Amino acid sequence: MKLRASFRRLRALSRKETLQILRDPSSNIIAFLLPVIMLFIFGYGISLDSTGLRVGLVLEDSGPEARHFADSLYGSPYLRVSTGRNRQEMGQAMTAGRVRGFVVVPEDFAEKLNRPGTTAPLLVITDGGEPNTANFVENYVRSAFELWLSQRALERGEAPAASVSIEPRFWFNPTAESRNYLIPGSITIIMTVIGALLTSLVVAREWERGTMEALLASPVTRAELLLSKLLPYYALGIISLFICVAVAVWLLGVPFRGSLLALWLTGSLFLGSALGLGLLLSTATRNQFNAAQAALNAAFLPAVILSGFIYEIRSMPPIIQAVTYLVPARYFVSAMQTLFQAGDVWPALWPSLVFLAVAGLFFIALTALKTRRRLD
Amino acid sequence: MPHLYRILTLIRKELQGLLQDRQSRMLLIMPVLLQLAVFPFASTLEVKNNTLAVFNEDAGAESIELIQRLSRAGAFTRMLVVRDEPALARTIDTQRALLVLRFPPGFSRDVAAGRPAVIQAMLDGRRSNSGQIALGYVRQILQGYLNDRNAAQGRASPAQITVRHWFNPNLDYVRHIVPSLVAIITTISTLTVTSLSVAREREHGTFDQLLVSPLTPGMIMVGKTVPAVIVAMAQGSVILAAGVFIYHIPFQGSLALLYGSMLCYILALAGFGLLNSSICATQQQAFLGAFSFIMPAVLLSGFPSPVENMPLWLQWLDWFNPLRHFIVIVKGVFVKDMGFAVLWHSLWPLLVIAAVTLALADWMFRRRIA
Repeated sequence: MKLRASFRRLRALSRKETLQILRDPSSNIIAFLLPVIMLFIFGYGISLDSTGLRVGLVLEDSGPEARHFADSLYGSPYLRVSTGRNRQEMGQAMTAGRVRGFVVVPEDFAEKLNRPGTTAPLLVITDGGEPNTANFVENYVRSAFELWLSQRALERGEAPAASVSIEPRFWFNPTAESRNYLIPGSITIIMTVIGALLTSLVVAREWERGTMEALLASPVTRAELLLSKLLPYYALGIISLFICVAVAVWLLGVPFRGSLLALWLTGSLFLGSALGLGLLLSTATRNQFNAAQAALNAAFLPAVILSGFIYEIRSMPPIIQAVTYLVPARYFVSAMQTLFQAGDVWPALWPSLVFLAVAGLFFIALTALKTRRRLD
Repeated sequence: MPHLYRILTLIRKELQGLLQDRQSRMLLIMPVLLQLAVFPFASTLEVKNNTLAVFNEDAGAESIELIQRLSRAGAFTRMLVVRDEPALARTIDTQRALLVLRFPPGFSRDVAAGRPAVIQAMLDGRRSNSGQIALGYVRQILQGYLNDRNAAQGRASPAQITVRHWFNPNLDYVRHIVPSLVAIITTISTLTVTSLSVAREREHGTFDQLLVSPLTPGMIMVGKTVPAVIVAMAQGSVILAAGVFIYHIPFQGSLALLYGSMLCYILALAGFGLLNSSICATQQQAFLGAFSFIMPAVLLSGFPSPVENMPLWLQWLDWFNPLRHFIVIVKGVFVKDMGFAVLWHSLWPLLVIAAVTLALADWMFRRRIA
């Protein structure tokens, strides 16, 4: 009898919560519209693939050898080359951000190139203000240069010097498109917003307006109360997750190689931890503005910076690396990238799933504890 | 004069509201310090401390020499030896290595005989940016090895490339992140302060009191904008000072130019914030509205990835994003000593955006009051 009664109460409470969600336009926008907009931003706006890098070229030596070298730059599919009169002009263009680097062929280039015993210098100057792009400018110019050197040796009929080439193969992502791993990672951000940010706001409002006390005074048990807050937002999050994956696969063309079951399991466990954190923060602060600020700093920012979805965790200092092990988003990003690009690779998925489950249980248990303490 | 006095009183009241209790003060200061401590170290695209795996099917001296050179390089701190193909697949699947180099049988023989030799590089496509950068390092090491080898045989390379990174000789990410952080922090504080100011008064019912006071709608708007300017400038200055004194980034440009542009930027944002605030009925809506603006603005600002990598239509749309222009200014003045002539290209869009959003906010404000 008791079980049935509690199920009825749970259903009533969940219904009330669901109605509240559906009635507020702002939570609808956050749950359904924002994910789609954000996926498009991540799909088109965030790209680390620098193809068509704008670089400048200053030919202080305009002889045939120098022009031959210039052709190898023009021929590179990764560079968009514009010529400038002198170094000053190019330097200014780089300060203004019109080019990300420039190549200088000095006056004595051909002379030194052909005199035995000397090395002809080429100068590559990059915009260090954009370190990642600077790396790519350097790499692309270098490979155009190597190509030119070997062609030149070939044309002059010189015996080829020892040559070793590297044949790169990108597993899971043969064209090395950053979109293919940024989009799975960005779903983490969207899930965090729905799970942690939205719950922290809505539950804190209940405390702020005093309706939480009224609920606690009713025969509702703690488990029912927590579940009635968790279930509607869990449903919202899962619907949003499947919308995200559908948009990613069908509109943005990101391959998904895992199974829907594994996706559901991973998504549920992560949502559990995000919802748990949101509930915990709202229960601890009891104030909408403070809860939202806390959620922004405790859930959202770590999900962007410390999850490894854009920034490589292994390049961080050891202390920050240690902190990332406590960020649930880190495990979700890793699991999502594996699911999307590699498929159901269980040895890679298990550790993440176990941690997410533990984190979710921990936050929810702590919230339950806090809720009781408030009642005393 | 009485007008000025009234506005000053309103500003004082707003600032008191922002700084009154310990919790509110903490919320203005703590996130800034936290981000200042974590951001510069964490948000880096550098490739360090990675693991390189080697699958050597060759038995000669050349591959061993190359592997030794690679293991001495700073980019890879750990070296993993893989003995067969299944182990190779496992290494990449479970992300134990970023990159596996496979030397085919007969590699050393080919190199010694002057025949073109090939090394296969297997990279983790889940981290293709890091993979490409790591591959760049491997190529440089390989080139150094080949040059040394050819020079030893009396065949030095006829030409050589020297690379200089201007503004940031060691490609230190801190010089990219801290100036961007100045812009991002001012964005977050201006928008939350202005968005929530009117919404909070409305939710608490004190907005009507403000309306029956002798303050005109214009004066109320000024009174709501100035505190945001003060808070945002103070937070921006904290980051700026930390960049110069803690992270030792040389400040190259003119402070007056930076602060002048910052003021224009904050006004452009305050327009957005007040507009948002006058549309929303509750704090929750205002907060979510501010959040929905901050998110895309930061992501499309050129901070996480360059604006020029976006498709053209998005680059045009992004023109309306004030953060995109301001980040160019802060970085330019901070690390590149950008002068007014170049800076103007990014400043006038800010002035246009400020004029449009403030006018819209003013119009909306009067409409909601009437």
